[in-house]
Amino acid sequence: MREKKTLTVDVAIVGGGIIGTAVARELSKYQVNVLVVEKEAEVGWGTTKANSGIVHAGFHEEPGTLKAKYCFPGNQMYPKLCEELDVCFKQNGILMVARTDEEWEIVQKYYQRGKDRGVPVELLNPEQALALEPALNPEIKGALHAPNGGAVMPFELAAALMENALQNGAQLLTDAPVVAAGLEGDKKILETEGYRIEAKVVINAAGLFADDLARMFGDDYFSIKPRKGEEYLFDLDTKDLVTRTIFPVPTKVSKGILVIPTAEGNLMIGPTGDNIDDKEDLKTTRYGFSRILEGARSLVPGINPRKIIAQFAGVRAASDRGDFIVELSPNIPGLIHLAGMESPGLTAAPAIAVDAVKLVEEAGLKLVPKEDFEPRRKPMVRFRSLSHEERERLIQENPLYGRIICRCESVTEGEIVDAIHRGARTLDGIKFRARAGAGRCQGGFCQPLVMAIIARELGIPLEEVTKRGRGSEPVLYHAKELLTGGDAQ
Amino acid sequence: MKQLSVDVAVIGGGPAGLAAALSARAEGAAKVMIIERNHELGGILQQCIHHGFGLHRFKAELTGPEYAQRFINEVGNTDIETLLETMVLEITPDRKIYAVNSEHGMMEISAKAIVLAMGCRERTRGALQIPGTRPAGVFSAGTAQRYANIEGYTPGKRAVILGSGDIGLIMARRFTLEGAKVEAVVEILPYAAGLTRNVVQCLQDFGIPLYLKSTVIDIHGKDRVEAVTIAEVDDNWNPIPGTERVIECDTLLLSVGLIPENELSVHAGVKLDPVTNGAYVNEHLMTTVPGIFACGNVLHVHDLVDNVSKEAERAGMYAGRFAMGTLSQPEKWVKVVPGENVRYVVPHEISLTEPVEFFLRVQRPAEDVVVDVAGLRTIKERSVRPSEMLNIKLTPEQLQNFTGDTFVIAVKERKEAEIQ
Repeated sequence: MREKKTLTVDVAIVGGGIIGTAVARELSKYQVNVLVVEKEAEVGWGTTKANSGIVHAGFHEEPGTLKAKYCFPGNQMYPKLCEELDVCFKQNGILMVARTDEEWEIVQKYYQRGKDRGVPVELLNPEQALALEPALNPEIKGALHAPNGGAVMPFELAAALMENALQNGAQLLTDAPVVAAGLEGDKKILETEGYRIEAKVVINAAGLFADDLARMFGDDYFSIKPRKGEEYLFDLDTKDLVTRTIFPVPTKVSKGILVIPTAEGNLMIGPTGDNIDDKEDLKTTRYGFSRILEGARSLVPGINPRKIIAQFAGVRAASDRGDFIVELSPNIPGLIHLAGMESPGLTAAPAIAVDAVKLVEEAGLKLVPKEDFEPRRKPMVRFRSLSHEERERLIQENPLYGRIICRCESVTEGEIVDAIHRGARTLDGIKFRARAGAGRCQGGFCQPLVMAIIARELGIPLEEVTKRGRGSEPVLYHAKELLTGGDAQ
Repeated sequence: MKQLSVDVAVIGGGPAGLAAALSARAEGAAKVMIIERNHELGGILQQCIHHGFGLHRFKAELTGPEYAQRFINEVGNTDIETLLETMVLEITPDRKIYAVNSEHGMMEISAKAIVLAMGCRERTRGALQIPGTRPAGVFSAGTAQRYANIEGYTPGKRAVILGSGDIGLIMARRFTLEGAKVEAVVEILPYAAGLTRNVVQCLQDFGIPLYLKSTVIDIHGKDRVEAVTIAEVDDNWNPIPGTERVIECDTLLLSVGLIPENELSVHAGVKLDPVTNGAYVNEHLMTTVPGIFACGNVLHVHDLVDNVSKEAERAGMYAGRFAMGTLSQPEKWVKVVPGENVRYVVPHEISLTEPVEFFLRVQRPAEDVVVDVAGLRTIKERSVRPSEMLNIKLTPEQLQNFTGDTFVIAVKERKEAEIQ
């Protein structure tokens, strides 16, 4: 076995999900040496990837919880954050809809809860609600409207946070699951397949595996209770059905089945909330689909399942406390747990990141702000949202922007190459960052073309290009290879 | 932005676009242009390297590229312009086309007439909501065909194919010839969705089992497909408990239907038929937007390219006339309506004054039937199947006897028809 390389850092963040990347970016504002250790090929690929992308308004959360503490402040940070990072953010507002008189009582409680926190909420009678959203179930008894709710693409945000952190001096290790961890004096040691990482402070942002990582340090005072959610995504041509995110009244365990206009415009319905044992169970199911369709149609009856183009599942990294865990480990000095991130974790992430910096200081690191912190990443080119004139200028500068690769989403070769230069390594990475393959044909036409571009830019053979990391190569054999007895595996 | 103007602009350089452009030019339209997104003409035929094309038109068994090349050569002998590697981004109702390529950047092309010939795309796993994991190794059959026949790769070595559409059947044979093993073709309907000749030549000749009234109910594997579960279904397509069977494989191909690619058309204001997912057209193959015509798989999905060529020639001819101002308008249009056991008929409106050719599909297979064309003509058919398009021509002489408002075409069982 080859010798492991040693990396010595001030802060090692385990997990490049929305929490890990938000904290990395926040820490990169200071003169401190930060490393993100991610087990997947790219950041934002765990729970973050399958998140509904809703920036919650802040009226849902039970008073006294950390969820309540971080949700509304996080919501308030989104417009500036997304502007700085050039990430799609749509402040489309949220409606919580009452379908019965009992639900209307409950909606009013949430209204009061929002009011108490300073969330800009208003109550709507059925006529007012239907005037805002004509596709709503006409039988509704009323709705709560929170115009400060919004939508982002969670993986895009995680990638952007990471990219900006890297610009500001942070480091990233991908394809690097932590296999062992422990203490050596004051140092915290993380072992991956290829590296030994020595850190003064470790931030546990390992999501579903946060309890496993804690246990590697001998810390076992919380556990993660995985809860699966399935989502179903619609063709872009349904984008005008509803404008705002439509919520039912929450159940005991979740915010219920929603109708979600995503930041990119596709409608989405979901998620389910099923407790599961296997943290990696990402199966969608017939049963999940039927519940989601029924729930979504009770809010918006005109939803047409024939327009579905994709489905997926994600697993929430809920904790056994039912709340976020944002604290220094009481047992292991210098270990910070940012765990139990279920809804509204995405919304809360920027606010949690600010407090994570404080916890790093509490852990004994002195943080001095950088004078040259650059909050902006290089602007993204989104060909599909440019005017004809802007497109013309762009192609004159770089002809790659004149070659459309993904016809469904009008994604150019220039955007794909740019995504690779920003860190995309895989077909899913290209899909999440540049949307090639995210449209109605789901990559049927463009996948071979995108594969060829990845192979060319990374200088690897086509059969080594993956969907989402090692073991997920779409094409396995050369033509005739199977006839000559060859075996590529 | 570069400005161009043409008489007839043809969107798409596949078999429909090629035939439409040639016939528009032959009709006398002076400036005809084909706009093609690929780096060569021929469309999807270029990846269809199997033979069986052109039996009707050329009385020869050609491969897809051979069939396409005959038209490409003809286009090469004319002054028809072709823009390759050019994507049309938008078509307006007043027939301006916004297109882009690397060489010219953005272009605004004003056309006196437009022929839509963009073809179709494959239905996806997402559209069917097939449950399970989302590993690599799930392909639409046409994508796998491209890997095999254009890129030079065999995606996997053990495949299950869901759907018995023609591309799936062809790919079952292709995979087998490449040394891969096709474990099963699974079809939810009680009959094969593709042409009978493909069932015989691609499955039976290679001993590949076809499971009817069955579907894939689960996909296994985290990174790469490891297996699928298939099950029999009841009449409502619900899986029958107890019939589940796990088949190990590394590849799942989907051949579960084709959808005309009409996003550009809809943007231009073209109304679609919800059954065909293609445009409503009159007998000139003109859509609901004056001067915009449609043909080939963007109009309705065909099973034989020979019919595509024939249909496209008519669309091109009428588009040429429209561009030159010589397309005559009838006094009135009569609506064509699908009757008993007819899923759809194209065109949707006829004038009764010109020869017309109907393309139609039945809803379900039937034996010993009579096609009743509005009482004007009856045609006996020994067997009809949804996968095999029917083609009926009527002359103005036959049509002049029609009275009424709606022109109903029905496929009746012969006994029933005889009693009437």
